Amino acid sequence: MKELDPRILFAVFHEMLGIWTWILPAVALLVLLAFALLLGRERRLVSGRLIRSELLGLIGGAVALVVMARVSSSGFTDAAGPADWLLVAAVFVTGAVATTIAAYTAGGWWTSRSHGVS
Amino acid sequence: MKPTPLHRADRRQAMLALSAALAAGAMRPATAAARAPARTSARIVIAGAGAAGLTAAAQLARALSGARITLLDARREHYYQPGFTLVGGGIKPASYVESRTTDYLPEGVELIESAVAEFDPEGNRVVTADGRAVPYDYLIVATGLVFAWDRIEGMAPALIGRDGVGCIYQGPAAAAATWQTMSAFADRGGRGLFLRPATEMKCAGAPLKYTFITEDHLTRRGNRSRAELIYNAHDKTLFGVPIVSEKVRMLFEERGIRINHDRVLQAIDPGRRIATFGTPQGRVEEGYDFIHVIPPMRAPDAVRASPLRWQSGPWAADGWLEVDPGTLRHRRYPNVFGVGDVAGVPKGKTAASVKWQVPVAVDHLVASIAGRSAETRYNGYTSCPLITRLGRAMLIEFDYRNNLVPSFPGVIAPLEELWVSWVMKTMALKPTYISMLRGLA
Repeated sequence: MKELDPRILFAVFHEMLGIWTWILPAVALLVLLAFALLLGRERRLVSGRLIRSELLGLIGGAVALVVMARVSSSGFTDAAGPADWLLVAAVFVTGAVATTIAAYTAGGWWTSRSHGVS
Repeated sequence: MKPTPLHRADRRQAMLALSAALAAGAMRPATAAARAPARTSARIVIAGAGAAGLTAAAQLARALSGARITLLDARREHYYQPGFTLVGGGIKPASYVESRTTDYLPEGVELIESAVAEFDPEGNRVVTADGRAVPYDYLIVATGLVFAWDRIEGMAPALIGRDGVGCIYQGPAAAAATWQTMSAFADRGGRGLFLRPATEMKCAGAPLKYTFITEDHLTRRGNRSRAELIYNAHDKTLFGVPIVSEKVRMLFEERGIRINHDRVLQAIDPGRRIATFGTPQGRVEEGYDFIHVIPPMRAPDAVRASPLRWQSGPWAADGWLEVDPGTLRHRRYPNVFGVGDVAGVPKGKTAASVKWQVPVAVDHLVASIAGRSAETRYNGYTSCPLITRLGRAMLIEFDYRNNLVPSFPGVIAPLEELWVSWVMKTMALKPTYISMLRGLA
């Protein structure tokens, strides 16, 4: 009887996020583009910067869980079953990965700017 | 106590993680796929601009070109009724459920701000409360239902929020007042009475949810041992779906909530804080410190007084609309459909029912205009995120036959208390509902 319709999924997201439905993917795309350009330019992952970014990523994951708790008037401490732990993990990993990539990219471009590399 | 504050800022991580949960709201009937708009000059009247009426108007406006679609409703405010439990539970403010009908009025649809006073299906017209006759070629009855407060002696809506009386159903202000009353009870303890009417009712899960929420507030404030909680069921079950009823019985037992069966509220004496219940053995008086009253419900007077009502059977007494449960088409007047709370069908006076009923009724109506046949059927699907404590709910989905029909079998178990189900209730349901009103979901 039922089928999943991506247009409905988009409509619901749009209702939930408003203008952020457009801004968030745009920001994510810009960060990924900047990250890809940085990789192309440096031709390697700078291990020291990556580790620092991953540490920030842990904080980003924790912040994502706190944000989730506030907007849902609850918290991951209410998790009870496997689906809940999947959601907790998904929120944490999303926050952690997004923060890591953003921090690594920002760090890379900041370093090259301050070193006057063009 | 103030409602839990909500922060709208920076939702992105949370939103991304919600994708899977949102998929529930993104489901649609497979057979209601979009077609090219059909050209017509048909006059379509929709009586009632609540969830069902607005959704029908939006879907008809998309499916038809040239039709004259008229919505009739005297009320200008629109209420997101699935949020009443959250307001009454102190989780959301009253403003969370309040908006205006015109916020969702589809382009090209006329709104007459007057109620229907008379249905004349022989003459294919309705007459508004201000005496205006509105003719139609097709009619969708989506008037909702009314509360029969007069069937509880001594009770009136004005009592809500006073003397330990609450009722989250009456509206946003009443739900907020109920929260104040329940919160005061949770601070003191005492005797809490919960119940449901013996009539058909909207959201039959809400009486149970509110009992669970009250129990959790008492527990969180360290006052559970000072309170006695009693749920008076109107018959021998707690919920219409037997497997769910049994699960709720187990949870009530676990939480120390006492159950009485076959007790229907007949009278209330707020001064003495005494409620009188009808039982097979006669009338029984019970004292209370807090009581969550839910009134009997029936079809609006104009429907009850019309030939459109069921003439016999279980839905005749309260005047529910006589529609085919599969097509929502009137059984005697084929150009009339009934959707939402007013429909006399076995289950489903919920917003989730509206989401699945309206596309079927619209498909059949449009098919009639286009001269084709429609095969879509509504199977009674509805869903109830049954809150069992603050932060957890059971996502119960079922059909006419009392089958559980989970959207995510093996992932979100219907009889398991889960945080993810709570997250869906508090975050995903309202955007899905609003999208539905706009004809987008």
